[in-house]
Amino acid sequence: MAAGVATWLPFARAAAVGWLPLAKKTMPKPPVDNTSRSDEILYVNVSGVRFQTWKNTLDRYPDTLLGSSEKEFFFNEDTQEYFFDRDPEMFRHILNFYRTGKLHYPRHECIQAFDEELAFYGIVPEIIGDCCMEEYRDRKKENQERLAEDTEANESTDAPLPPHSTPRERLWRAFENPHTSTMALVFYYVTGFFIAVSVIANVVETVPCRPPKGKVKDLPCGEKYDLAFFCMDTACVLIFTFEYLMRLFAAPSRCKFMRSVMSVIDVVAIMPYYIGLVMPENEDVSGAFVTLRVFRVFRIFKFSRHSQGLRILGYTLKSCASELGFLLFSLTMAIIIFATVMFYAEKGTASSTFTSIPASFWYTIVTMTTLGYGDMVPSTIAGKIFGSICSLSGVLVIALPVPVIVSNFSRIYHQNQRADKMRAQQRFRQAGWLRLANLTNESYFLDFTENCSVFQDRDSDSTALCVKNRSAFEHQHHHLLHCLEKTTNHEFTDEMNYSELCMTESVGFRTSRSTSLSSQQGAQNNSTGCCPRRVRRRAAMRLANSTVSVSRGSVQELDTLQFKTTTIPHQTRSSLNAQPDNLKLNCGEQDFTAAIISIPTPPANTPDESLPPSPAPIPGILRNTQATAYTHESFKISSL
Amino acid sequence: MGAVVGTLTMQTKSRRLSRDKADDDLEMTVVCHRPEGLDQMEAQTNFSKRELQVLYRGFKNECPSGVVSEETFKQIYSKFFPHGDASAYAHYLFNAFDTGHTGSIKFEDFVTALSILLRGSVTEKLQWTFNLYDINRDGYINKEEMTDIVRAIYDMMGKYTYPVLKTDAPKQHVDAFFQKMDKNRDGVVTLDEFILSCQEDENIMRSLQLFENVI
Repeated sequence: MAAGVATWLPFARAAAVGWLPLAKKTMPKPPVDNTSRSDEILYVNVSGVRFQTWKNTLDRYPDTLLGSSEKEFFFNEDTQEYFFDRDPEMFRHILNFYRTGKLHYPRHECIQAFDEELAFYGIVPEIIGDCCMEEYRDRKKENQERLAEDTEANESTDAPLPPHSTPRERLWRAFENPHTSTMALVFYYVTGFFIAVSVIANVVETVPCRPPKGKVKDLPCGEKYDLAFFCMDTACVLIFTFEYLMRLFAAPSRCKFMRSVMSVIDVVAIMPYYIGLVMPENEDVSGAFVTLRVFRVFRIFKFSRHSQGLRILGYTLKSCASELGFLLFSLTMAIIIFATVMFYAEKGTASSTFTSIPASFWYTIVTMTTLGYGDMVPSTIAGKIFGSICSLSGVLVIALPVPVIVSNFSRIYHQNQRADKMRAQQRFRQAGWLRLANLTNESYFLDFTENCSVFQDRDSDSTALCVKNRSAFEHQHHHLLHCLEKTTNHEFTDEMNYSELCMTESVGFRTSRSTSLSSQQGAQNNSTGCCPRRVRRRAAMRLANSTVSVSRGSVQELDTLQFKTTTIPHQTRSSLNAQPDNLKLNCGEQDFTAAIISIPTPPANTPDESLPPSPAPIPGILRNTQATAYTHESFKISSL
Repeated sequence: MGAVVGTLTMQTKSRRLSRDKADDDLEMTVVCHRPEGLDQMEAQTNFSKRELQVLYRGFKNECPSGVVSEETFKQIYSKFFPHGDASAYAHYLFNAFDTGHTGSIKFEDFVTALSILLRGSVTEKLQWTFNLYDINRDGYINKEEMTDIVRAIYDMMGKYTYPVLKTDAPKQHVDAFFQKMDKNRDGVVTLDEFILSCQEDENIMRSLQLFENVI
């Protein structure tokens, strides 16, 4: 909307003529507009495609390359046009931004190319219109994730070993990446085999075998051949222990390794055996010991080192934690509700299986997951009605979070596939094929990745990118506001100073104030008007045109000269404009001269109304401070 | 079966109704106004052809339909005076621009007013200002009208001002104004009184010339 505001500004300024008969003081002089009045057509040649536009169109956004004097660097004297060696397709969108005020993101373009063009032309990506903002953000996030993964993959241990690596490092690499050496591969398969053996042994030892001679009852194989199973178990545990200790030794950061999931699984897998060894053959304790043997089944999780799919599944579940949590929560709620309802519905019947609400939980779960075992069945009509509602809602509740989990899984799976493809591609590259290609291409690729990372840094503080000098628009707008101040004989201030003024006024500076302020105040010393009728609060202004939005904190840092006496404080424009170099204003100096006139005991300073409005910032500051030095002694310069 | 068909038809009927309504809305918003010819405008106003072209380009960019409604006007004005409430003053200004009382400002109104304000003679400018103040267009400015205008102007300042805005500040301002302008003390200001008083005031005369270079 910046264009809109700029277009209407001359109109608003012209309408300020309506304030003139009401104003007590003279209006300030308008800022001098040095730019040429007549509008002309500019020719912009982007890689051969010629664009033409009005100069005014480009001037709408003075903080960009095309709107500022920076484009003069690209001016070609021979052809009298501005030449840019960039993508003309993208430039079309950029130019449309100037024309319509809305920046659109072309969906078919690469997000990084687009970002680069924006950076080149000095346009902040935040002003992308709402219609395209979501798409832009999604693509950007996706791209960043991809880049992060790529850097991670680059750092992965697929690259050849550094020349001077200790045996420990080599061992660790062998464990993490079995493909690197044959020994590692052998070890990898051996451990895999033994995991399988151990799991199968755990399963088989519970199968009932034929009883030995003399006994009638069926015995589980584990007890019949307990020596054989014990030997197998010992062998497996020995291998696992050996592997675990090796990993622990080779790990670069032992604490981190011990905390990782895989090592926890390893420990849990081998602990029961050792505990079993240590524990005596006591009947009481053996019950607990049997429970511990359950943990041997955790050995199956060791397979996740060998299977990528399992790892992906685990990662998916981790990343869908919130959806799973929601599922669990909603299920719990529904279970409790329906169990309660069913219990009370079936309470009357004589031989009801719904003995208590927790007992009804089982029925609810079985019904909601549409299992329907039939061990608990409602017999009353009300029970049957609620039972059917329960099963219908069960389908819904379970079906809702599942697609989210599925889509997450699919995304992560594809990412992994991509990682594999990337690795394959890198191996291909390293094989030397690309070295035959043009050297410039390769260096360009390197520069490209470098630039991308640099750009990402810049993107975070892109607001600092395009701060240029004050534009004519802002000068004129401030002149307009200044005219309003003169008309009403009040000045703009911001909230902080206002509340301070309220306080100082009520404390008792009335006398000194009233005598020297303009007749508007008169001789009335009323503090009742301290906080006037209007209760509306206005937030800090953000001009549609300004690209920098400085926080409130820095606004306070802007120099505000506060006077305990009569002179009017000069902090007006600070809250309006976000730029720190405030005192370039021509109006500011006028303000001060007016202030000097109104002091009852003017010092050596002669009231000088015909000061030329000089736009120099530093002399302006100096003049203000000098002026204050002459006036009343007790002034306070806050945070200059 | 019949019930099923019945419910289905009910659905389609309501959809058709809403579609018709949407079509109507679409037709309503596509209102386009084209200004009269460039030569005519050049003759009627004090702008050159080039200036008119520049003005129209900006205007058309902002309002492709060719008219500005009061709502848009108020929004634009509030952008310039974000601290306060510019809607009241914008309303009066809108009425001053909309000389034909059509409820919307067309490009001709826009340019005519600008021509007076920027390139007109002192009398014309003062006359325009008088029209602005005279809300009911009866040829007299009375105290109520003036108070409304002044209050609207003060509203634009917002809450946070220095010195702190007193509740009777507009009234005092109006009293001072009438003191100066109402020569025969009859409680209203006529156009002649207004023009005469303004011409006597040096400040006003000087300030009138400041706004000539706005475009």
